[in-house]
Amino acid sequence: MSHTFALGIGGAAGQGVATPGDIFALILSRRGLHVNAYNAYQSIIRGGHTFLTIRTGVDKVENLGDGIDLLLPLNQDTMDRHLRLLKAGGACIYNADTIKPGAAADGVQLCALPVSTLADISRNKVAQNTLALGAALSMMGVGFQSLESVLKAQFGKKGEAVVNENAGIARAGYEYATANFKPFAKPLPMTEKRYAVLSGNAALAMGGAAAGVKFYAAYPMSPSTGVLHWMAAHGRKAGIMVRQVEDEIGVVNYTIGAAHAGVRSMCATSGGGFALMSEGLGLSAMAEIPIVVIDCQRAGPSTGVPTKTEQGDLWQMLGAAFGDYPRVIAAPLDIGDCFTLMPEIFNVTDKFQCPGIVLCDLLLSEGRLSVDPELLNFNPPIDRGEMITSNGDAHDEYLRYKITESGVSPRAIPGIPGFTHTVSSDEHDENGVLISDEYTNAGKRRAMMEKRMRKVQGIEAMVPPPVLEGPPDADVTLIGWGSTDGTIREARALLAEQGITANQLQVRWLVPLHGDEIVRILGKAKHTIIVENNFSGQFARYLRSETSFVPNGNIRKYDGEPFMPHHIAEAVREQLAGETTLSVPTHEVMV
Amino acid sequence: MATINIAQPKPMVMADLKGKVDPDWCPGCGDFGVLAAVQKALVELQIPNHQVATVSGIGCSSNFPGFINTYGMHTLHGRSLPVASGLKLANHELTVLVTGGDGDGFGIGCGHFVHAMRRNINLTYMVLDNQIYGLTTGQTSPTSRIGMKTKSNPYGNCDTPVNPLTLALSSGATFVGRGFSGDQKHLTELIKQAIQHNGFSFLDIFSPCVTYNKDNTFQWFRPRVKKLEDNAEYDSTNWIVAMEKATVWGDEIPIGKFYETNDIPTLEETEPVLEAGPMISRDLYIPADVAKKFVEELM
Ligand SMILES: Cc1ncc(C[n+]2csc(CCOP(=O)(O)OP(=O)(O)O)c2C)c(N)n1
Ligand code: SF4
Ligand SMILES: [Mg+2]
Repeated sequence: MSHTFALGIGGAAGQGVATPGDIFALILSRRGLHVNAYNAYQSIIRGGHTFLTIRTGVDKVENLGDGIDLLLPLNQDTMDRHLRLLKAGGACIYNADTIKPGAAADGVQLCALPVSTLADISRNKVAQNTLALGAALSMMGVGFQSLESVLKAQFGKKGEAVVNENAGIARAGYEYATANFKPFAKPLPMTEKRYAVLSGNAALAMGGAAAGVKFYAAYPMSPSTGVLHWMAAHGRKAGIMVRQVEDEIGVVNYTIGAAHAGVRSMCATSGGGFALMSEGLGLSAMAEIPIVVIDCQRAGPSTGVPTKTEQGDLWQMLGAAFGDYPRVIAAPLDIGDCFTLMPEIFNVTDKFQCPGIVLCDLLLSEGRLSVDPELLNFNPPIDRGEMITSNGDAHDEYLRYKITESGVSPRAIPGIPGFTHTVSSDEHDENGVLISDEYTNAGKRRAMMEKRMRKVQGIEAMVPPPVLEGPPDADVTLIGWGSTDGTIREARALLAEQGITANQLQVRWLVPLHGDEIVRILGKAKHTIIVENNFSGQFARYLRSETSFVPNGNIRKYDGEPFMPHHIAEAVREQLAGETTLSVPTHEVMV
Repeated sequence: MATINIAQPKPMVMADLKGKVDPDWCPGCGDFGVLAAVQKALVELQIPNHQVATVSGIGCSSNFPGFINTYGMHTLHGRSLPVASGLKLANHELTVLVTGGDGDGFGIGCGHFVHAMRRNINLTYMVLDNQIYGLTTGQTSPTSRIGMKTKSNPYGNCDTPVNPLTLALSSGATFVGRGFSGDQKHLTELIKQAIQHNGFSFLDIFSPCVTYNKDNTFQWFRPRVKKLEDNAEYDSTNWIVAMEKATVWGDEIPIGKFYETNDIPTLEETEPVLEAGPMISRDLYIPADVAKKFVEELM
């Protein structure tokens, strides 16, 4: 990754952190820069502490990095907590009337804004935010016009007077900074590119829409609610039926009902809601009705930490619903991948008539990333699998669960003459009749079990194994899954600067795992370390259970915050030095 | 293997609705009568069986879909209504019947029951109420009377029973009725009306369990049930009257259509997304101009 610039804005919930955040993100993406943003917050509507990090650069910004270059504290608390994130060359712009600066590192510029002399704070409550915004852009080397046009877009609906007032305040901040503060050493570059900036939840919803989803049901639960919000706001235009229902048990069963009618159908939730859906997942598998369930992980167990991230639901996914059945589980690697994964997983679940799980997490769901609009392809390949949607010619007795070599039986959609049948959660014969309706025939039970489980081989052939990235003979191989992808990549770059070569095996498809290929790759590694955002090493335990593979070490984090690249790099160094085999990095700042 | 004649030019007869297997209910079980009445109702209404979906939960009564030749779904204990609602909303041209037991509907599925009614989706929900858990061999159900002795309450039940009718009326069901498996003619008529009603219809149907409920038997019900239809004065459009009637229980137990309103639109009628026809008939891809706007919003 080339040079990046990161800024942090912090304040109490309700102090208006989001608006400058949105304005920065828009200005940066319209400048042709990539952005990655993450808002650390708590489960309260007012008060507490919210800290938004926005990192930008010419290349794709794959993670939030290790520090910030610019701090905009909207209250004293933010100043106290975050000032130490600034290194030489960094700056902090603050309201001199209300906030006292702390002790900053050498070379950090403390920029005091005389807010009450620059703006009429009795008229405009967020004047300090707007002044700081203007001042920041001046120091970043961004022309004032780009701020003006974004303010127009942001406040245009409230009328010209509001736009002008805010533009006036922003200009005062801009000009004050030009006259009094030292600009950053490198002004923000500009490119001809234009990016779309979106959250993982919007990407999941849009990916579903692109995959042809026509039915979406939900019950609100952080951090998955954004999927519902996108669907609810766009469902009418997209031709998607969106329903908020009574609970997650209802959600999964509505989803199954709609899927059985023949439409692509999905739902999203977080760990607690997923637990309620578990029995429904078994129904989807047994009745062979394909659905996709998104689980946006938050820190558990139980209600846990609703606004913090974790990769702690893997074993719930692996063990969801009783009995053996084919399932697919995939973890998107970044926010763009939240979009692209949806049509891919639907093609697998439709082809193999089984449930699919997208294992996302709060970091991606609620984070925001710039992506090339080309990546948001609303015309992806769609394969609905073997479906009977018209009566066609005369045919033999229709067997919904016909025993086939692939394990897949053509699926007739209700409403077609000549194909009436009953699908069932009870074990059944090829024609759908419950096996317990005659006598429980052990032979039939075994045949149906084997038929369903034969799909596993087909799924394995359809889904690619992970590939090793980086120098093949690296000193260390880092193994991660899902959202840690970009952070591990940057940690490798940090290590390279320190003379340690690292490569990376990032797992996207968790089930099927392609254990043999993973073991083949890892067999050649000099030193293996599994990196994951949970306490017990859920992926490490899974990999071991599937392959007997045990890594040389583990890096785990379960404090609710995502990894920063230096956490991983430092842990690798201590492990290569033989100091430990389990590193649990400490999150240095409280957010 | 027999070849199926897919064209159905002939009128549908009872034999067309026979399931792949005969019901395995205990001889004399009330559920036989309900099955026959549903089949008769469909024949009399001439709704082609391929346009009918029968969705159930789990229980003796929930084995129903396997015994009638329609598109069937035998789902999870208590979950018939959400599955049926999703099915109906994705293809609202289907006639969707929902069947199950009192445990299925008023116990484990009670939350869905209440919410399904307030949505007024055009479903016909028939609870084969035997005041007991049949399939699990005779435990107390939400409609078991106080004092009833069962395997799970050998000293007698002390929980007040649910009144399915008042619950349905207060939850917004737009058609509420009660039938008795022992009165075929009356039940068939009632089911026909429920199917024809445009909105959520709920029927609580006494369907005695001859094996595990020795209290509420056919003999017990027969002298007690009194048809509302026999009273020319009864006004089934009056919700207050229906509420009152629904609380009558004892020597006289009213059956029939308690309440019907056609003043409330169905969810299918009010949901704008359905203006373009059933979800199932839509293009898989979103129109390019709409998709383009979705992306532009983010830039
Ligand atoms: C989640 C779950 N809990 C419990 C059961 C066991 N179970 C099956 S049927 C049933 C009760 C059946 O009673 P009812 O719904 O009244 O139907 P009936 O058999 O009386 O017709 C129970 C408890 C189950 N299948 N699933
Ligand atoms: S146990 Fe009762 S409800 Fe079940 S089939 Fe027998 S008689 Fe009917
Ligand atoms: Mg019962």
